[in-house]
Amino acid sequence: MADRDETEALGAAQINRRGLLKCMTWAGAGVVWGLSGGVPRTLGLLGSAAAAEAAPGDLTFVQISDSHIGFHLPPNPDPTATLREAIAKINAMPVQPAFLVHTGDISHLSKPEQWDTALEVVKGANKQVFYIPGEHDVADAENGKAYLERFGKNTQGRGWYSFDLGGVHFIALINVFDFQPGFKSAGLAKLGDEQLEWLEKDVTGRSTSTPIVVLAHLPLWTIYEQWGWGTADAGRALGYLKRFGSVTVLNGHIHQIIQKVEGNVTFHTADSTAFPQPAPGTAPAPGPMKGVPAGELRKYLGVRTVDYIRSKGAPALTDTTLVG
Amino acid sequence: MIKVRDPARLRRRAGLACGGLGIAAVLAAAVPTLVSNGTIAVASAARTATVEIANFKFAPPDLTVPAGTTVVWKNADDSPHRVADIGGAYASPALDTEGSFSHIFAAPGVYAYFCSLHPYMKGKIVVEPAGAGS
Repeated sequence: MADRDETEALGAAQINRRGLLKCMTWAGAGVVWGLSGGVPRTLGLLGSAAAAEAAPGDLTFVQISDSHIGFHLPPNPDPTATLREAIAKINAMPVQPAFLVHTGDISHLSKPEQWDTALEVVKGANKQVFYIPGEHDVADAENGKAYLERFGKNTQGRGWYSFDLGGVHFIALINVFDFQPGFKSAGLAKLGDEQLEWLEKDVTGRSTSTPIVVLAHLPLWTIYEQWGWGTADAGRALGYLKRFGSVTVLNGHIHQIIQKVEGNVTFHTADSTAFPQPAPGTAPAPGPMKGVPAGELRKYLGVRTVDYIRSKGAPALTDTTLVG
Repeated sequence: MIKVRDPARLRRRAGLACGGLGIAAVLAAAVPTLVSNGTIAVASAARTATVEIANFKFAPPDLTVPAGTTVVWKNADDSPHRVADIGGAYASPALDTEGSFSHIFAAPGVYAYFCSLHPYMKGKIVVEPAGAGS
């Protein structure tokens, strides 16, 4: 797939690959992010006419992330309401997704009643939902026991799993356990040997033409080490996946959209449905952007549609904010 | 019935007394604290020192206390944090905004800890023999 067209569908618009690479080089300075001139995002509401014209692909699904039910501070004292709005957005989509994925931080503090609320709201989409935990979902005193008891059925190890739908192989990776203290290392997330060995076996023997979607909570590339926005052993995971023609990595955690292309692998962080976080390095620390006025909040929140059209290989991604 | 004096008032008073000394507030006060085994202890005349968690940092990152001091971590961030000994000797639950956790450091030594939700957040407690320099 190295000889793909220079121009390919990525996000909602056509972009020039060489131009994108140029932007990435420009990002430089040890921080590979901020492709504001690179991978485009759809801002505001999808024009309903444009959406109606869009032909359905062979598989369409929706990613939601970081609903943080239980958070109660500025800029969003009611993340249940914004999650409900996100579900309403999904229900209004002209092409209904086959299922949803939630890339973690379902709850704010791993409390059963927070998951109850989240699941009750998400049920409003009347779709199957594939969940992975964020670190906020494994923050109980027993380090994730409650999450795994509730969400971990039919998963491997500490919650990882894979499945096939619509010709696409989905791999749900867990990188929110066993954070290593940042004394001898940078203090990044990790996947761990057991999960990596499972991943290697999981993809062994699969055809390189199988499109792959990887779900993970923390980014699988280091976006900003100072804030722990990366996964220390992600490189090994990507090593097992690089032979595939189309690998799409979807994650949450950073509550904003940052995208990157590396060979056949595209990385996409997602908006939260609860609150935004600052762009890397633009604030003294990560955390909720409490200064966002109530009237602006929904510009920072959103859901993502992923459309596969089998002949194209790579999916088209559309990010839609909760405005309107 | 045990009469507990208003801890906030005591902290204010002690804070004023220590003001300007440029040291972490190591206070002698009757502060009822939830210690890490889950019981409520009224540590009358015990030493208490506070580490504030703000902007994803422990302040002060390094704290020196005499043995027997109760160290209290208070979360002033809008994000939850967890305080965990790197050797697993203690670990807090997730501390929401305004949440706190305390641990008594009985034996001299150097105890490194981190936030197990944000592992790049780190600090250490240096515990000196009781009586040394106090």
